[in-house]
Amino acid sequence: MINDSNIAHASELTPSAPSAGLFYDRLFMEDLRTQMIKFAQLQVRDSQLAEDAVQEAMLSAYQNIDRFGRQAALKTWVFSILKNKLIDLLRKEKRLTAASQLEDGPNDNGEALLEQLFNDNGGWQKSERPKKWNDPDHGVENEHFWRVFDACLQALPNKYGRLFMMREFLEMDTAEICHNEAISVTSLNVTLYRARLRLRECLEDNWYQKEVI
Amino acid sequence: MMNCQQATQLLSEKLDRPLTRKEKMAIGMHTTLCPSCRQFGKQMEELRHISKSYTKGEVPETKK
Repeated sequence: MINDSNIAHASELTPSAPSAGLFYDRLFMEDLRTQMIKFAQLQVRDSQLAEDAVQEAMLSAYQNIDRFGRQAALKTWVFSILKNKLIDLLRKEKRLTAASQLEDGPNDNGEALLEQLFNDNGGWQKSERPKKWNDPDHGVENEHFWRVFDACLQALPNKYGRLFMMREFLEMDTAEICHNEAISVTSLNVTLYRARLRLRECLEDNWYQKEVI
Repeated sequence: MMNCQQATQLLSEKLDRPLTRKEKMAIGMHTTLCPSCRQFGKQMEELRHISKSYTKGEVPETKK
């Protein structure tokens, strides 16, 4: 569908919207689509549903192309549409995989984690004390950081990951998450705390404190 | 005084609900004396910031 004549056509038709050209930047679009699918699949287990949501978000961005001046604006826009679609999907998914029914999965022993991090008096174990986060001087691009971040997210037990993403990525509020997932506020807060403990540690070990090779 | 485990839980909950005055005071006292938890508090904010950037495909500003 997208070919050279379309490119010429688009730029003739919409000189006031240079952004229309964005849709014909194949590399940019493919990259964006990959990122969106990855983001959607982290949160919605059904990968077909996740892809459909991405497709709809892209379409809606295309229909509103005049609004974007830069690639960054387009990206923010499609992601915000995608977020809303994912929230809808998660609401529908509710009965199928509420977090309260999710298997905690391996590594989910929250108590063991706390014991590893804190001593009997609730103080930090010496080796586990948080260190200052500096960007490591690797000279690596951000992309590398996001790979580490993704890996740390994936390593979270399912339930932790799901609730963390609802809160931090989809920015759903406490009442909505608790209602949707049929869990108590206390349980949500404790799970988010444990998810953050793990993520914090994972990022510190694999990014912030990683030695230059 | 509250211990580090309790303090870190509140520093996480601070992102999810407004803390009470009493909790804020207890946290303030604890973090004044405990550099590890002070660091942890900053990192909780950082984690939120990183998550926001994630959805926008932005450069994470991890330098403080």
